[in-house]
Amino acid sequence: MSINIRDVLKKYFMVFALIAVICIFQATTGGKMLLPQNVNNLISQNAYVFVLAAGMLLCILTGGNIDLAVGSVVCFVGGIGAVMMDNDLNMVFAVVAMLIGGLLVGAWQRFWIAYLKVPPFIATLAGMYAFRGLSNVVLQGYAVGIRNELFLFIFGGGADCYVPDLFGGQGYNLTCLVLGIVLVLVYIAFVIKGRASAIKAGYDVGSFGPVVAKMIIIGAAVIWFFDRLSRYKGIPTSLIWIGLVLLAYAYITSNTTMGRYLYAVGGNEKATQLSGVDPRKVYFFAYVNMGLMAGLAGILNTARLTQAQPTFGQGYEMDAIAACFIGGASAYGGEGNIFGIVIGALLMGVINMGMSIMGVDANYQKVVKGLVVLAAIIFDVVSSKKKK
Amino acid sequence: MAKELLRMDHITKIFPGVKALDNVNLSVEEGEIHALVGENGAGKSTLMNVLSGIYPYGTYEGDIVYNGEVCKFQTIKDSEQKGIVIIHQELALVPQMSIGENMFLGNERGKKNAINWNETYGEADKYLKMVGLTESSRVLIKDIGTGKQQLVEIAKALAKHAKLLILDEPTSSLNETDSRALLDLMLEFKKQGMTMIIISHKLNEVVYVADKITVIRDGSTVETMDCHAMEINEDRIIRGMVGRELTNRFPKREGVELGDINMEVKDWTVHHPLYTERKVVDNVNLNVRKGEVVGIYGLMGAGRTELAMSIFGKSYGSGISGTLKINGQEVDLKDAKAAIEAKLAYVTEDRKGNGLVLTNPIRVNTSLANMKGVSDKGIIDKDKEYQVADEYRAKLNTKTPSVEQNVGNLSGGNQQKVLLAKWMFTDPDILILDEPTRGIDVGAKYEIYCIINDLAKAGKSVVMISSELPEILGMSDRIYIMNEGKFVGELNAEEASQERIMANIVQAGRGE
Repeated sequence: MSINIRDVLKKYFMVFALIAVICIFQATTGGKMLLPQNVNNLISQNAYVFVLAAGMLLCILTGGNIDLAVGSVVCFVGGIGAVMMDNDLNMVFAVVAMLIGGLLVGAWQRFWIAYLKVPPFIATLAGMYAFRGLSNVVLQGYAVGIRNELFLFIFGGGADCYVPDLFGGQGYNLTCLVLGIVLVLVYIAFVIKGRASAIKAGYDVGSFGPVVAKMIIIGAAVIWFFDRLSRYKGIPTSLIWIGLVLLAYAYITSNTTMGRYLYAVGGNEKATQLSGVDPRKVYFFAYVNMGLMAGLAGILNTARLTQAQPTFGQGYEMDAIAACFIGGASAYGGEGNIFGIVIGALLMGVINMGMSIMGVDANYQKVVKGLVVLAAIIFDVVSSKKKK
Repeated sequence: MAKELLRMDHITKIFPGVKALDNVNLSVEEGEIHALVGENGAGKSTLMNVLSGIYPYGTYEGDIVYNGEVCKFQTIKDSEQKGIVIIHQELALVPQMSIGENMFLGNERGKKNAINWNETYGEADKYLKMVGLTESSRVLIKDIGTGKQQLVEIAKALAKHAKLLILDEPTSSLNETDSRALLDLMLEFKKQGMTMIIISHKLNEVVYVADKITVIRDGSTVETMDCHAMEINEDRIIRGMVGRELTNRFPKREGVELGDINMEVKDWTVHHPLYTERKVVDNVNLNVRKGEVVGIYGLMGAGRTELAMSIFGKSYGSGISGTLKINGQEVDLKDAKAAIEAKLAYVTEDRKGNGLVLTNPIRVNTSLANMKGVSDKGIIDKDKEYQVADEYRAKLNTKTPSVEQNVGNLSGGNQQKVLLAKWMFTDPDILILDEPTRGIDVGAKYEIYCIINDLAKAGKSVVMISSELPEILGMSDRIYIMNEGKFVGELNAEEASQERIMANIVQAGRGE
């Protein structure tokens, strides 16, 4: 099996685009783009995008269905938690309440979508208004601050929300780097083990060269990333949540039967139904998960901003949707993966940050973001047309 | 002799891998009704698509001579301008729009940016009167019956100033009375000098209206009969339609012992899902033994697929009544999942729509109906899945570089094999194969037949639905004949012949 450069380019087009954009900003900002603090901010500022995009991907997989309500739900759930903690309720209790709140919202929406066949666009549009209103009711129109230090620390808010350095080094967080190296080693072990068992079972695995090249590139990127973080304050706690969510959803989408059904329903609902799968259960799963992720994003967002306000979360749904589409999810459903949305979310985050550092007017930033989404979709449409 | 209005000369149309039309000749005189008959897939519709410009000039060989001049139609619009209007089998009307709006859709009255509604509805009413409809043209399409909708289609064609009207199976969705009314309308138009081509399966209707009949078989014209010069009856037409030798296109299945009755369907009646008063399947009784291949023959629209899908976990229809016994046990299969658990498999006729996820690889499609077989507590064992898919690829001889290939990239025959693999992997006892060889080439057909034989030898029960007579005759131990929702005959392999089956259907059509 030889490697076709064009195929590689096409498959990882968005990765190359991301690298190109980073290089451009690195040049135009005089190297500020990749300062350790900015790399750190890229993650913590966009934590909600990663989390929401993971949930949104499941909805989009079922047939291009989107959830417009998540921005409002993030605000609503955050409001509930903030008010609870403001009244000195136990933090664990508040966190569980926020997650369950998200779940219930998801269940509410999926009921209309799956069982009464309300188009998702409309059901979630209704949710977008309703939960925005309810956020105001919960918060009574005011901003409610969070004083619970433990909550802020665990969910990535406040001044010190980093994994402490076990080695106690000054200016360089060695724990962070060690963790990065461990992750890379685990990854390599997994790849090699998988390959070994495939060879043992007698499958054609292709030549080893490209696999090694891929491992080296990914390993180097991860270690570089953790080195950057080490030079700042270490691993932000929000990164742990992002990591857990992404790993969990990568696993769900690729290794579980439910994940398989998400793709199948999006690819051909009728055929899936005739294969003995109830599509309603699949929609149920997607939207309840979206609700759960909205709950988690609400927690992360409230922690990061150390307060809840009735106006928070506006436009978050669009950021998540954009990350999915830039990351190669098909607007018709059935195609897309977690790796893609990570790249999509990073690309959006990098463009935001780069332009902010350059001091581009916020209005123009929106224009650029819009054009990027359009360009990504055009690329998707054109390249899939050529395939046929 | 009347003037020749249309001559199609040596038309040959090749699709990738298939010669759909092979040197077809057709001559239509002004003011006659010319019938085009032939089996499904013989090439009738392809010929009409060539004529109406759906397949533009240059994609076929041969000439179309209309009104004395050679025509080079690029689009349907070109042929319509000349007065050639085709009415397709499926009604092409927008239900939510009024009759008038539908009639002038794409051909609006008035100016481009200012539709003249008075003219639209006035003109529409005029044409409606010509086809004998008393409805106002402001009535919505969804509020009138199918019979009237068919008449609206004809009125729409008239509004385009049709000189040559092509009707593709115009009565397939109509009841007896509406069909008769439509045929009488055709005869009325003929008196007024209109020329028509009718494609129909219903030979009694053909005999009733046609002046000339052209028979097409396997993409070639067999003969043209002049109904005024010779005595024409349905038997004569049938002989022309099916008069081919049955060669060795079907592998022999020998030494299969028939076992007990595996599935039995009694008094099975199914209603249309939307028009719930309409019976789609009417009081059908069917059984199949272990190791037996039972054929269900019927023309399109006879209710075969509806019967099969309603048995398969009530996947079609409403108000289903009757009993279903599997292995002697009465069962109530409420959905496809229950049907699969009862060891039933339904291999759809609509591979792309109901069968496969085209954007997914073979591996994923193979396991879709039996995820339990490759997973443990909801976690997929991908190695095992790959192994399963690869085994079936080898067993069914699916031609593909690997099972990671997307199904959408495969040929029809290979897609059909993936679909079969998917259902074989559910380990069924009873397989309902709906048009298992539709749209695939002869070689792949033979392989599918071999698979069917292997299944029967393994003691499975196979119900094969087909509208290809030779296939039904070549493969079945027993044949049910279905027409308009009813079983109208049952023949053993020894006593069955093409003529007898067709005669059965024709008789049922006459209401005898």
